[in-house]
Amino acid sequence: MTLSKKDFLGLRNINCHEINEILETAKLMKYTLVKNNKKTSYLQGKTIVTLFYENSTRTRLSFELASKYMSASVANVSASSSSVAKGESLMDTGRTIERMGVDVIIIRHPLSGAAHLLARNVNVSVINAGDGMNEHPTQALLDMFTMCEKKGGIQGLQVAIIGDILHSRVARSNIWGLTTMGAKVRVAGPSTLMPPGLEDIGVQVFSNVEDAIRDADVVMALRLQKERQESSLLPSIREYSKVYGLNKERIALARKDVLIMHPGPINRGVELTSHIADCVNSTINEQVTNGVAVRMALLYLITRRRQNSNALYS
Amino acid sequence: MLCIHNGNIIDGKRKDFYQGDILIDKGKIVEISCNNLCYKAEKIIDAKNLWVMPGFIDVHCHLREPGFEYKEDIASGTRSAAAGGFTSIACMPNTKPTIDNAAMVNFIKMKAAQEGKVKVYPIGAITKGREGKELTEMKELLEAGVIALSDDGDPVSDSRIMRLALEYAGQWGLPLISHCEDKSLAKDGVMNEGIISTMLGLKGIPSAAEEIMVARDVILAGTTGAPLHIAHVSTKGSVEIIRKAKSMGIKVTCETAPHYFSADEKWVDGYDTNAKVNPPLRTEEDVEAIKKGLQDGTIDIIATDHAPHHRDEKEIEYPLAASGISGFETAFALCYTNLVTENVISLVELVNKMSTIPARIFKIHGGTLEVGKAADIAIVNLKEEYTIDVQGFYSKGKNNPFHGKKVKGKVVYTIVQGKVVYDDGKII
Repeated sequence: MTLSKKDFLGLRNINCHEINEILETAKLMKYTLVKNNKKTSYLQGKTIVTLFYENSTRTRLSFELASKYMSASVANVSASSSSVAKGESLMDTGRTIERMGVDVIIIRHPLSGAAHLLARNVNVSVINAGDGMNEHPTQALLDMFTMCEKKGGIQGLQVAIIGDILHSRVARSNIWGLTTMGAKVRVAGPSTLMPPGLEDIGVQVFSNVEDAIRDADVVMALRLQKERQESSLLPSIREYSKVYGLNKERIALARKDVLIMHPGPINRGVELTSHIADCVNSTINEQVTNGVAVRMALLYLITRRRQNSNALYS
Repeated sequence: MLCIHNGNIIDGKRKDFYQGDILIDKGKIVEISCNNLCYKAEKIIDAKNLWVMPGFIDVHCHLREPGFEYKEDIASGTRSAAAGGFTSIACMPNTKPTIDNAAMVNFIKMKAAQEGKVKVYPIGAITKGREGKELTEMKELLEAGVIALSDDGDPVSDSRIMRLALEYAGQWGLPLISHCEDKSLAKDGVMNEGIISTMLGLKGIPSAAEEIMVARDVILAGTTGAPLHIAHVSTKGSVEIIRKAKSMGIKVTCETAPHYFSADEKWVDGYDTNAKVNPPLRTEEDVEAIKKGLQDGTIDIIATDHAPHHRDEKEIEYPLAASGISGFETAFALCYTNLVTENVISLVELVNKMSTIPARIFKIHGGTLEVGKAADIAIVNLKEEYTIDVQGFYSKGKNNPFHGKKVKGKVVYTIVQGKVVYDDGKII
């Protein structure tokens, strides 16, 4: 069990075998998460750095705990409190971290392609924890893991993603991952927040949110950033929630056993009503637990790869 | 005297080529003949199997001096131009300070005379500081020696100012070169808007951002009757608007750059900052339309938009990277490989678009090989196939997405005013 590439940057260029590998491994990791003693020695002697250029609570904590449950040493670097604030370039920061005996750098960055830039310039493994509007692959992995758990598989599922697709790295990673795994992806949202050409990558685009939700197995709401209204992409948050928000009536159009997902943090009353967020079909809290499991799996697999390649050098 | 012996000569006047000798004395062509003229010369260039043509004229380049000498300067930029077969180049005024007054024009000319390898013609700004607000002293700029005016890098967003600029410069037939970009529509876009920008999660620049300004400017050129030249045409829609404008008799000319018919938006995949350029690389369909436009004459000329940058401005996050391609040293090979060997245009037409027509539009000396005229000559080997290597560039800017690509057509000699400035890989 291992991954073919040094880095884990996105789901666009990953095949279904590797995704399956991670999801299968995550299943095992989830057992340890619910155990009384969570400490395992899978990553003993490994050092992991989270390099975050954007604020994050759940993703960072999730990676940090995943590392700790497997006995890795983990350190966190934030852009605001490091030499990044003094104007150091991403490449220089990356090379500095690399020289401290680090095995994996986990990067979150507001610009698309930043993780790729770092990966090209360091020899250690790089994991993308979200780059601009491009990808957030571990989020999609945890979403797929949750779907697998609840639905027994991904193949053939009808998944509706609702909201700001244009700016969403969660949507992109899910589109790549889900289509690779044989699910059907539908999207709906304001046309001002819909990027061009989605049909060409096998996504069904609906102008009407009801049509996208009808008979769906999974409905995923995306977080709406308040800035979208300020930059005129939307007339108002109010109208957004009225036209695109998930509520009881809309969810009733989906399959009875529909999963309601959200990458978090949620805006109650905007993307979805509290009723929907807290209903039995909602997996929002479960997704968080699964996030730790898939990140443990990914770290485990990627460091095993490093072990093998390091052996070649010595 | 220098004799270019037994080359295939394209003189920029005839529609075909002929074999012959060119004799050069005191910077000028003194004789062109089908007979051997070697006996008259002390120095001979054997041009057997080579092609002899008027030196290329680039009306759109960035020499970066003054202000950005870390990217390029007149010395390095003109060496790069010479290596690309260019004998005359026109540099854009987006320097620091801006070339928006006669003193700056004189500075560029003086520097070029001292350190330059090829002839440099400054382009003045349309507005002071290229801020789009107040017109520059255009008559004085013209007298100082500018061949055109442009706020390149930025458009003149205010339509009234653009109209006034056309009217005022038009009095003396001084062309305006328009960088067509609706800034509010392009906003913070960093590549062409389309499937690739969707896939990469990068903000897109729609074709409309270019086309709206092309349409505005040709309408203004029509109402003012002033000469207008559209810079770096990159979209199908722009080609169609210009074609229509020309059919209506509007005095508009335009250029495209080699990268707009040699690469498309897919080149950005992998976040290649060397493929980041403004206007952005467009779609395959646009590339085809650009070729069509070159073929039917809608696109008059090819200019490089040589835009060198330092590697620190390119080896960074894609959205933050500087836009531009260091293009002098790949221009001819890309044109020859992608246009002539693909039967889009003939070699003679290519020479027209890279030399004869730009000379005519901007009233620059050169563009033809004629007795009595300055000996500005490029000699190329069309057979030689090679791999582009940016490390061999004379330009300080190594930013070029064609690095590693196989091309055909190599500049072997560049002669400026009778002096060999580039000889088989070496600047002299």
